[in-house]
Amino acid sequence: MPMAASEIEALIRAAIPDAEVSIRDLKGDGDHYAAKVASASFAGMSRVRQHQAVYAALGARMGGELHALQLETLVPSGDHQ
Amino acid sequence: MSDANQRIDAIVKGDDIVLFMKGTVLFPQCGFSSRAVAILDHLGAKYETVDVLQDPEIRNGIKGYSDWPTIPQLYVRGEFVGGSDIMMEMFESGELQQLVGEKAE
Repeated sequence: MPMAASEIEALIRAAIPDAEVSIRDLKGDGDHYAAKVASASFAGMSRVRQHQAVYAALGARMGGELHALQLETLVPSGDHQ
Repeated sequence: MSDANQRIDAIVKGDDIVLFMKGTVLFPQCGFSSRAVAILDHLGAKYETVDVLQDPEIRNGIKGYSDWPTIPQLYVRGEFVGGSDIMMEMFESGELQQLVGEKAE
């Protein structure tokens, strides 16, 4: 069952309030997405921990109704000062 | 530890490089698993695979074991490395080559 990109974004923002989220619908079918998530809270976390934080925000949907989500996480530049 | 966790624990510690995937190396059943296989092959890594589609206990158990909701999942020397997106990032940065290349001689 497809999920709207706006719903994915809202879930991530609810859990990671400072997150900058950009989502692309890879196939235009509402079922295969790529998400790029930038948050200062990722600083000092391994990639696995960063992705786990996003997956935690999506909860049980990930791997269920949301099958295909390419994920890229990063710490926004400029937050290192 | 549950039976599934004990089995998974034995698998990830039984080989240097283990990829949990959907399907087999020759016939991956998912684009993400296919990408993971392609990366490891490109690096010339020697790895074992576990087809979670053939084993519901592992398929469900691995998600809790790794605290990771999706397949594929890569383990190197008993440590969880990540899914296919992290594999691709680490491949592009050269980190993955270093990781899978530095196995015991």
